[in-house]
Amino acid sequence: MKKRTLLKGAVAALALAAGPALGESHAEKTKVGFVYVGPVGDGGWTYEHDQGRKAVEAEFGDAVETVYVENVPEGPDAERVITQMALDGADLIFTTSFGYMDPTINVAAKFPDVKFEHATGYKTAPNVSVYSARFYEGRAVQGTIAGRMTESNVIGYIGSVPIPEVVRGINSAFIHAKKVNPDVQFKIVWVYEWFNPAKEADAAKVLIEQGADVILQHTDSTAPLAAAAEAGNVIGFGQASDMAEYKDGPRVSSIIDNWAPYYIARTKAVMDGTWESTNTWDGIGPGMVGIGEITDKVPADVKAEAEALQASIASGEYHAFTGPIKKQDGSDWLAEGETADDGTLAGMNFYVEGLEGEIPQ
Amino acid sequence: MDLSSINWLLLLASLMVAATPILLAGIGELVVEKAGVLNLGVEGMMITGAIAGFAAAVESGSPALGFLGAAVAGALLSMLFAVLTQFALANQVASGLALTLFGLGLSSLMGQGYVGLKPPSTPKLDIPLLSDIPVLGPVLFNHDLMVYVAIAIVAATWAFLKYTRAGLTLRAVGENHEAAHALGYKVIAIRCAAIAFGGACAGLGGAYLSLVRVPQWTEGMTSGAGWIALALVVFASWRPWRVLIGAYLFGGITVLQLNLQAAGLKVPVEYLSMSPYIITIIVLVVMSSGRSRGALGAPASLGRTFHATG
Repeated sequence: MKKRTLLKGAVAALALAAGPALGESHAEKTKVGFVYVGPVGDGGWTYEHDQGRKAVEAEFGDAVETVYVENVPEGPDAERVITQMALDGADLIFTTSFGYMDPTINVAAKFPDVKFEHATGYKTAPNVSVYSARFYEGRAVQGTIAGRMTESNVIGYIGSVPIPEVVRGINSAFIHAKKVNPDVQFKIVWVYEWFNPAKEADAAKVLIEQGADVILQHTDSTAPLAAAAEAGNVIGFGQASDMAEYKDGPRVSSIIDNWAPYYIARTKAVMDGTWESTNTWDGIGPGMVGIGEITDKVPADVKAEAEALQASIASGEYHAFTGPIKKQDGSDWLAEGETADDGTLAGMNFYVEGLEGEIPQ
Repeated sequence: MDLSSINWLLLLASLMVAATPILLAGIGELVVEKAGVLNLGVEGMMITGAIAGFAAAVESGSPALGFLGAAVAGALLSMLFAVLTQFALANQVASGLALTLFGLGLSSLMGQGYVGLKPPSTPKLDIPLLSDIPVLGPVLFNHDLMVYVAIAIVAATWAFLKYTRAGLTLRAVGENHEAAHALGYKVIAIRCAAIAFGGACAGLGGAYLSLVRVPQWTEGMTSGAGWIALALVVFASWRPWRVLIGAYLFGGITVLQLNLQAAGLKVPVEYLSMSPYIITIIVLVVMSSGRSRGALGAPASLGRTFHATG
């Protein structure tokens, strides 16, 4: 796949070469750049970031100019792309993948007047903010629906890359599925990629063959939903994006990444001169995590239960990780009524009690 | 671990589906190599077939036209390779790699408008009598047509190479192109035909991914299947039926490792994922140990450029 990376680099270079010509005549506008890891048409992660970019354009009209480069590999190429964007006069640059963390920090040190925003990282600087979303809150809602809807009591989970964010999602979904259905069992398959439709499709088929009638996915393509549709009596959820094209089929709800309000607010801060380095981790409440419409396939009482959970998370009344919760090995983690702190959540590398299997190292 | 949760018959059924793309691409490449040409552009032809087939199926609403379009697209792309290597006498390895890069770029360009669409579904065959056989029936005889077409292509290729005059000529061209030329065979024309066949098969394999196995279009969705097809030809020591066995073995391991994960087996999946390649290496070592290159079954003129001097 090295060659493909090279090719993408070449495409990115071409896109950049075309950039400056467009940029120079609009010096009075606030210029906002976006660096994407995938194609804007992936229907998931990058697609939603690009929706955020379009929302910024719609909000501010002629006062802003946005630029983006898609398919930027996480590595030295990223640093070059970000540098080029800064050289082209961007006032604010969003770098939207975990692997852009160090490149972003490096470039930020060279351009103190440019503001940077890195998605899902943890390194900040005076001109670098980080932001991420509490997807695990959405997983709690999914887990509740999954636990109520399963008839085989086997729920399949397609894991992408074994990092804390994904483990957190599995734990959250499991805790809430177990809460409404003590007999529930999770089968977890790792595909070691964020986006590989063929592997995701195979993984979903395997889980269905092994008895799962609900498929949860933390990978970005619609391939698992296509597999569920083929199987017939299996349900699934949209991931990162609504995946509404499967609404009449297996998709019963979804977790939607909604970056638009954040992107608008941060762009406004740059325009007003009030931008400061921040660390944002927002969930359902502020609207950074959206729950896609729960379809009629879900019985009304289950839908009401899920929506009530969603509302109590949004209001801050309920935390998705509230004790008593034990770790997989039986040791205590959270006492009755205790909630998990953000530090533990951010570095979560263990399963909760009841989950089978090990987290791949 | 709970091995009983794995349904071995379903595993057999799903490995037939998982193996079909590499089986198609592999049998096409076998014919190309039998004619003495090494085309490393399988990945590029597959991905081009994947998008061309997807586009044709979506636009026409017919999966059959999709597969046809994919075969034509794969063959057309392979003609670029044929022109470079057979007429311009370019290096086959470099041209093949270039073809892969070109195909990946071309396919993402062609696919711009097709992301997120659903293709028309390919119907499953329900063969009367055969699919009614208990246990085996639903497993072996309840797939879409392409699974059987792929097997039929293997059988036809085997018969063609073994029993027909044209097949013997093709093999002669691959073994010794100078001699074949001296006997009056059109080496270039035969090789071009073989390359086109290889391209068409690779295109079909790609379309099987985007129309049946996934089914959707995404950039780079072949993710290395073309390279596995190349390894498969070597693994099969250039014999058609061994390509079939190898494809099912490779496809089977892919599906098996997911099954074992879901069943909770504590084996690092990396070992299973690399096992097809390890097996290929072992087979190569065993077959070439202490004997000549001929024992491997590789065509003698494989990868050598032919230029008619006389």
